[in-house]
Amino acid sequence: MKFKLTFWRVIFIVIMVLGLYSSYVRYFRGLGTATNMTDQFPWGLWIGFDCLCGVMLAAGGFCMVGAVYLFNVERLHPVVRPAVLTAFLGYLLFIVGLLFDLGRPWFIWHQMIYMNPHSVMFEVGFCVMTYTTVLFFEFLPNVFERLNWKTGIGWIKKIYPVLIVAGILLSTLHQSSLGSLYLIMPSKLHPFWYSPALPFFFFGSAVAVGLAMTIFESTQSAKAFGRQLELPVLVTLGGGLLVALWVNLLLRAEDYIHRGLIRQIFTPSYEAYFLWLELTLTFLIPISMLSFRKVRMSPQLLYLASISTVLGFITNRLNIALIGFETYIGHHYLPKWTEFSITLMIIAMGFALFGLAVRYLPIFQTETAHQLEQPEPIEVGAGVLSHAGD
Amino acid sequence: MSKAILYDATMCIGCKQCEGACAQQNKLPYDDTVAAESEQSAHKYTVVLTRNDKFMRRLCMHCQEPACASVCPVGALHKTKEGPVVYDVWKCIGCRYCMVACPFKQPKYEWGSLNPRVQKCVMCPDRVTAGKQTACAEICPTGATKFGERDELISEAKERIRQNPSNYKPHIYGLNEVGGTSVLIIAAADVEDYGFPASAKIGETPMPEYTGRVMERIPDFIPVWTLVLGGIYWVSHRRDEVALAEAQEKNGGNR
Repeated sequence: MKFKLTFWRVIFIVIMVLGLYSSYVRYFRGLGTATNMTDQFPWGLWIGFDCLCGVMLAAGGFCMVGAVYLFNVERLHPVVRPAVLTAFLGYLLFIVGLLFDLGRPWFIWHQMIYMNPHSVMFEVGFCVMTYTTVLFFEFLPNVFERLNWKTGIGWIKKIYPVLIVAGILLSTLHQSSLGSLYLIMPSKLHPFWYSPALPFFFFGSAVAVGLAMTIFESTQSAKAFGRQLELPVLVTLGGGLLVALWVNLLLRAEDYIHRGLIRQIFTPSYEAYFLWLELTLTFLIPISMLSFRKVRMSPQLLYLASISTVLGFITNRLNIALIGFETYIGHHYLPKWTEFSITLMIIAMGFALFGLAVRYLPIFQTETAHQLEQPEPIEVGAGVLSHAGD
Repeated sequence: MSKAILYDATMCIGCKQCEGACAQQNKLPYDDTVAAESEQSAHKYTVVLTRNDKFMRRLCMHCQEPACASVCPVGALHKTKEGPVVYDVWKCIGCRYCMVACPFKQPKYEWGSLNPRVQKCVMCPDRVTAGKQTACAEICPTGATKFGERDELISEAKERIRQNPSNYKPHIYGLNEVGGTSVLIIAAADVEDYGFPASAKIGETPMPEYTGRVMERIPDFIPVWTLVLGGIYWVSHRRDEVALAEAQEKNGGNR
């Protein structure tokens, strides 16, 4: 146990040192030196992974809040706090990632005064800003409970319905708008990934990944912190994930048929290989797995299915952001090591902050979480998600 | 009335004086090395290209409804009423969405700078508002680059093609592409050979419409979705309250 901790700490320190050096290169030598981005390829790994994937990976927060507080899926109560924590950290790190990618990050506040309402980027920026604030308030009870400050908890409790509705509204808007970012590039993005339905795909994938990430992080933190896994929670999530994947698959299939791409999809090409990889990881593996009751009842197999889903949708977004432009631009883009290094540093910071929060805050103490809700939890009117788990 | 540039490739002699004048106007370096560069960049807004002894100029097209201006989150780019699409460096945060969105790949970036700017032809806005021609049009010795009213230039381009149909491809590039541009090109060769996107590929729909179709729904979506979410919240919690009240009543009755 002691050795294992030390091992991961060494890895962490190496990542942080390299990341800090890369940060130095980025801010004192410029984007041109720190990245392989060019006039032809102005958006690279940082937009593709840190931003597009980062926001998707943080979707568990609004999914769990929605499931528990809107649809009364009481069983999921124990995962709301870790999911909100992940989302809060995810959005903070998204902003950190943005500070690396923006050419003039010291003017990021211009977003608040020079608003262009026609810009999708403005809408995303504004929603992310507001939603991070909402997440901060949803996260605050952890701190107040730790400090045992009852008045503070009372305040949050009063505004909680507003936070819930605002959080889900803002998430719906910006998760889908990340897809709308690409609507203006019909002549540039490869037809496998350019679709007028992009906003729907982005929202759909956010929900699926939100569920998958919650399974992943529950299992992962159970392992890391030696906690008991609650099987009914995972089973409910697994069932929800299966439904979400089917909805995503049907949307995507309908879009491909509608745009007459089926033949092209099955013809081998550079793009087709990446599409196959994506579809296998996103749909083929997890849907096949989750169709078996045995898999849905097994924490280990659920964990694997969720990892496949997450990797699949990450591939999807990287395909949209990077691979889908290569044919149009006429050459490949491979991120420089410094780009990878900064992305890794941001991920490592996420893990470290999550660990710290779990250690010092009542993230996994579900008894107190109930105080925010009803005095007596009653199993009533289960929503869509809980049926999915049966 | 909006201004425009008509570039007639058949009249161009490839002297590159427009490149030099452009650099001078925008205080950019220009020497033999820069002149030899055949690609646009942050320090070269316009370039004269040669293919099979035929010339072609590339520069920002100054779309009637520019994609770059519509996507900019801080409105650093905008189309002036005179025609130029101009850039306000102070507002820019460096997201480079304009570069990704532009169908003509025109905005370029100062990748080496620690406080980088987006760079592109801005159609000499100061000269244009003062009623003068752009620097490139003024210096052009043959009139291949001509500055004037967009409507008049369109008529003139049509007239040139009509009088010499064998000299030109029967198409004014920029007349309707992405909803029309303030730079119009007529030539003997296909513009695609010089790196322009094919007319069929970019279409005649103004680029901002692709996002506009989604963005215009948002003002309606917000109140509707808020009501739906609030409604679901209220219903599901009302049921809890009722269930709780009933349970208490039952307990009370038993006592």
